[in-house]
Amino acid sequence: MNDNDVVRDLTLDGNAVAGLLEEVFGADMTTADGECAHCGSANAVGALRAYTRAPGVVLRCPACGGVIARIVQTPRGTLVDLRGAAHLAMRR
Amino acid sequence: MRRPLEWQIATVKAIAQETAQVKTITLVLPGWTAHRAGQHYDVRLTAADGYQAQRSYSIASPPERPGEVDLTVERIPDGEVSPYLHDVLVVGDAVEVRGPVGGYFVWEASSGGPLLLVAGGSGVVPLMAMLRHRAAAGAKVPARLLYSSRTLEDVIYRQELEALASRDGLEVFHTLTRGQPKGWTGYARRIDQPMLAEVSGPLGTAALAFICGPTALVETTASALVQLGLAQERVRTERFGPTGT
Ligand SMILES: Cc1cc2nc3c(=O)[nH]c(=O)nc-3n(C[C@H](O)[C@H](O)[C@H](O)COP(=O)(O)OP(=O)(O)OC[C@H]3O[C@@H](n4cnc5c(N)ncnc54)[C@H](O)[C@@H]3O)c2cc1C
Ligand SMILES: [Zn+2]
Repeated sequence: MNDNDVVRDLTLDGNAVAGLLEEVFGADMTTADGECAHCGSANAVGALRAYTRAPGVVLRCPACGGVIARIVQTPRGTLVDLRGAAHLAMRR
Repeated sequence: MRRPLEWQIATVKAIAQETAQVKTITLVLPGWTAHRAGQHYDVRLTAADGYQAQRSYSIASPPERPGEVDLTVERIPDGEVSPYLHDVLVVGDAVEVRGPVGGYFVWEASSGGPLLLVAGGSGVVPLMAMLRHRAAAGAKVPARLLYSSRTLEDVIYRQELEALASRDGLEVFHTLTRGQPKGWTGYARRIDQPMLAEVSGPLGTAALAFICGPTALVETTASALVQLGLAQERVRTERFGPTGT
């Protein structure tokens, strides 16, 4: 296995961090639609790429690889960085 | 409104050996809520010094069974959490869990079909919940499962899958990648595009696909299915991440 395989094998779907997202946003976010601020493509949050082995969780756009969201939990609180999301549309 | 998502203490009701490396753990939940087939629970272990490790495990049982869930766990030899669940946990123990979560990777009888399920190894777990739910709900949607295992002995739920496949409209295809018994007539290689074309062909390109298992298998399968003409948004994936192989 080379380094690329290792990185690939650590990739999960946004659906895998459903629990964390629900803790932070108070609702199931995996079916919310997100628009990537980098390339404009629209994807369900559950269909983003998720990286959970970094400090915190990073969600990336499956089309361009750009970072859409970063969530970092510390003993003092939770930081949610959504700079890479043009918008998130939650269904009722 | 659903209740807020909270960690709760589940109790181990039963543990069953499925294959040499796979066990099913039945948990009784004080705050059980009906899940949708395909959803998972987060499991959190806390060491005496406060160190915590958290992993996700798909629900294997159908939502039609109230009060408890089955989690089916493969033992990853150098892993942190799965060896604990296999080697340490016994009936009566307490386990901290939260869920059910993950509304993106779900199939309900009302979702329709035709249904194309593709699994590698323990990736069959959430797909089994879908098939159990399909049977419990009496759904007749045509369904095909393509399931990759190393050997026949590694096939999880083998007998139950056989029994389910003899019922309305479900066909099960196995591929064995590391070794095949004498006289094996199924597939004997890693999942590839020709195999997916054969299995998915009769369902047509309007099929609703759920792919689950090791990340590499999920990615190969998802891109092959899109190349075969399935719509991207009808190809749902659940990567299980590193499995140590
Ligand atoms: C949504 C979801 C549902 C899942 N459902 C199931 C299920 O139903 N059944 C099931 O058995 N599993 C399931 N999994 C997988 C499960 O969550 C765990 O990943 C699995 O049990 C391994 O956990 P572990 O702690 O035993 O191993 P880990 O400690 O996570 O290690 C796993 C492997 O990865 C390697 N590794 C760990 N960290 C790194 C790193 N930073 N870089 C490189 N390699 C690394 C380890 O050496 C090892 O080989 C699911 C995963 C997801 C995301
Ligand atoms: Zn993008």
